[in-house]
Amino acid sequence: MSKRRPYVRSMDGWWRKNPFFVEYMIHEGTALFVAAYAGVLLTGLYRLSQGEAAWNGWLAALKNPWYIAFHLAALLALTYHTYTWFKIMPRTMPPVVVGGERLPGWVITAGGLAAAAAACLGLLALVWGMAR
Amino acid sequence: MSEMQKTIEIEVLRYHPEKDKEPHRQVFEVPFTDDMSVLQGVQYIKDYLDGSLSFRWSCRMAICGSCGMMINGVPNLSCQTFLRDYYPARVRVEALAHFPIERDLVINMEGFIEKLESIQPYIIPKEERTLAQGEYLQTPEQLNAYEQFSSCINCLLCYAACPQFGLNSSFIGPAATALLHRYNVDSRDGGKAERMELINSEEGVFNCTAVGYCSEVCPKHVDPANAVNQNKTNSAADYFLRFLAPKGGAK
Ligand code: SF4
Ligand code: FES
Repeated sequence: MSKRRPYVRSMDGWWRKNPFFVEYMIHEGTALFVAAYAGVLLTGLYRLSQGEAAWNGWLAALKNPWYIAFHLAALLALTYHTYTWFKIMPRTMPPVVVGGERLPGWVITAGGLAAAAAACLGLLALVWGMAR
Repeated sequence: MSEMQKTIEIEVLRYHPEKDKEPHRQVFEVPFTDDMSVLQGVQYIKDYLDGSLSFRWSCRMAICGSCGMMINGVPNLSCQTFLRDYYPARVRVEALAHFPIERDLVINMEGFIEKLESIQPYIIPKEERTLAQGEYLQTPEQLNAYEQFSSCINCLLCYAACPQFGLNSSFIGPAATALLHRYNVDSRDGGKAERMELINSEEGVFNCTAVGYCSEVCPKHVDPANAVNQNKTNSAADYFLRFLAPKGGAK
């Protein structure tokens, strides 16, 4: 009879066992803020479809200090999410070859972050221009 | 030169299937010099303190891939990890995570061997050639497409770094996918369609949630996460292309 009795270790609390996994859970967790914020914007759109009074009511609600605090938290979470998203991007795509040389990962990450920053600034400028 | 002999504590997760119900920790006091690897520390234990300690090793130069262990919770080759980097704190060594422990630091890697077989890790020639036709030629660019993925030494650190494999051991996992990809992108190979069935299957690449730690711990810079994630795209393409070309593609 075989004396073998391979022991399988438990996976309980696996994500607490390594700082890398804790960080992974945090960046996955920030995705909830992305979803929540999509909800906020969709609500705005829905209120707009209900007419001016509904829309103004929604705008007024946004001025609630709790809502503003939520916005700040969401801003932080989304910034972190964007950063980690582009940080892992080079690992998720086919190699980009420029002039026979493979583009290093950090260039792809930097490019993504620059594009995200440009998009944010562009949007801010647009809204700023419309509001004036 | 006489110098005070330095000693370091090495805590080993022991498991003896005939005697132990479950693994337990045992601490050894090991004399060491600055050039000693963790593997040499463990070898010292076996030679001088407890001959029953079991572990795998061979080349002691980071090329055979057999000495992987969790060292302070991080998967690493014990022959390229040095005791001096932990001194004076204690070093914890444990069998590679996510694999069944056969005994002490020895894991059961049968599951991986089966996966390795299943990916057909050899070139399935696109066209049969006779000897007279000579060798298959390849350009440097064609070599570049797969070279990195061919550096895998089957050390399994990436599996010990993959929580999704830990939660579902049937996931084909990082190294097997990297090797599968290595053959699929080889210009001489014609076996892609067969291998894609595995990529697309329940055990395939969609078990991956892009944790990315596998590529972080790989001692050979294979970047297995890249192979896995490129094949998510390939798999999606495979799925949609079958509507255009009903004969090939995913089942
Ligand atoms: S991909 Fe890297 S970490 Fe994984 S088995 Fe191969 S060499 Fe080891
Ligand atoms: S003993 Fe060969 S890789 Fe460490």
